[in-house]
Amino acid sequence: MELFFEFLTTLKNTVIDVLPILSIILGFQLLVIRKPIPHIKQVGFGFLYVLIGLALFLLGLEKALFPLGKMMALQLTAPEFIHAGEHVLTSVHWSDYKWVYIFAAAIGFSTTIAEPSLIAVAVKAEEVSAGAINANSLRISVAIGVAFGIALGSYRIVVGHPIHYYIITGYIIVVIQTFFCPKLIVPLAYDSGGVTTSTVTVPLVAALGLGLASTIPGRSPLIDGFGLIAFASLCPIIAVMAYAQLTEAKDKRVQKKLTTRNKIKQEKTRKNNST
Amino acid sequence: MDYTILMNRQFLVFLKALLGSCKDLLPIILVIAFFQFAVLQQPMPNIGDIFVGLVLVVLGLTFFIYGLEMGLFPIGESMAKAFAKKGSISWLLTFAFCLGFGTTVAEPSLIAVAKEAAIVAASGGIIVDTLESQLSYANGLRFTVAFAVGLAIVIGVLRIIRGWPIQYLILGGYVVVVLMTIIAPSWIIGIAYDSGGVTTSTITVPLVTALGVGLASSIKGRNPMIDGFGLIAFASLTPIIFVMIYGMVIG
Repeated sequence: MELFFEFLTTLKNTVIDVLPILSIILGFQLLVIRKPIPHIKQVGFGFLYVLIGLALFLLGLEKALFPLGKMMALQLTAPEFIHAGEHVLTSVHWSDYKWVYIFAAAIGFSTTIAEPSLIAVAVKAEEVSAGAINANSLRISVAIGVAFGIALGSYRIVVGHPIHYYIITGYIIVVIQTFFCPKLIVPLAYDSGGVTTSTVTVPLVAALGLGLASTIPGRSPLIDGFGLIAFASLCPIIAVMAYAQLTEAKDKRVQKKLTTRNKIKQEKTRKNNST
Repeated sequence: MDYTILMNRQFLVFLKALLGSCKDLLPIILVIAFFQFAVLQQPMPNIGDIFVGLVLVVLGLTFFIYGLEMGLFPIGESMAKAFAKKGSISWLLTFAFCLGFGTTVAEPSLIAVAKEAAIVAASGGIIVDTLESQLSYANGLRFTVAFAVGLAIVIGVLRIIRGWPIQYLILGGYVVVVLMTIIAPSWIIGIAYDSGGVTTSTITVPLVTALGVGLASSIKGRNPMIDGFGLIAFASLTPIIFVMIYGMVIG
């Protein structure tokens, strides 16, 4: 019963969040387009399902994953875990935090796989490309990008490098890749940077950043805690373009093999014919 | 068609979606279980609560994806087609701006980041350390980001209509970000870079994607794959630039 009331509260908040979008859509549909919405009943139910789904999803995250994930992030970054017995850190070495990097990568990967907005974009991409882009492969490449990004971002907080060197290097890689990767994937790759960090990833990643920045001497949680999300939005762009490049290279190799095999066959038949 | 067969088919589709959601969630469960038992070596606290939460997450994800294909995608595409048919670019751009601004200004994760940023600014002596000035700073930041996202969707829609190649616009944006980073005050940089990532919510993304794909497929000579995607890319780039401008104006 208590759970049901919690659900209603979450549902109310979700509806309030969605209200501006809904009023914009309805306003333009009624005042500017001035036509009834096609399949209004189906669309209405669809919206209802989205709202219920989002509310259930958020409630479940609050109940199960966030408290546990946040607690783990704080425990893994706590001085008691890093240096058994020492309660105040005097100096840190980046390799002391190896479990933090592994946790960062693992949690980045797994939360990205469950990220609803990424699922939406991947489904659409598979549909539009008529199956040339596989939704699951796209999601896995994005997730690998996020995993690498958050691990790298944690490393940056530990060593205390300024963030812009990393981001600018990332931009340079993106620029170079843009010129060499298949043109079809470029817009989708750019998009995938923005969709990775929403409902599931942000709260857990924020807890990790906060835990790291508040336990390492010389870091300020308010300044160094920021920046992990930026890594998580840049690295997937690189990962998705790399995925497209690898697929293209593999296709080319297969193509080459096939053509050479055909050539050999043709030679053989020609020889047979001549004899 | 026989009604019960239809119901059964609906149910099968739902079951399949449910199974898919379970698969999507499996990695998180494995990661948390591994770190809790193997690394931290602690028992799982209140396992009942966690189980209930996981069931809710799986159900929620299933409903969301189900409704996505029924409601969000169709409405985004049908509006894009209606606007393309109407032929009024100014109304389309107005709609684009409203969609970007309206969905961002109320975004919970943006509100959270703005509040945090206000505390940073107050502790750094950028603004007066009172609740009032913190609130006005946070609101300013929110409206700046919302305006930036509105502008981003407008630029993105214009790009689809005109068929501009995306890479020059995005790479141009990167150059602006790099140049701004050099002149912007250092305390705003982390917040600015992060603000690009938090702007696009779970409902905005499917709608905006459907809008882009719908537009690109109803304008002659546009490829939905090349021209339809990319709106979200703009929406995660412009906030970085505008938040840095905000930091420069305030500082």
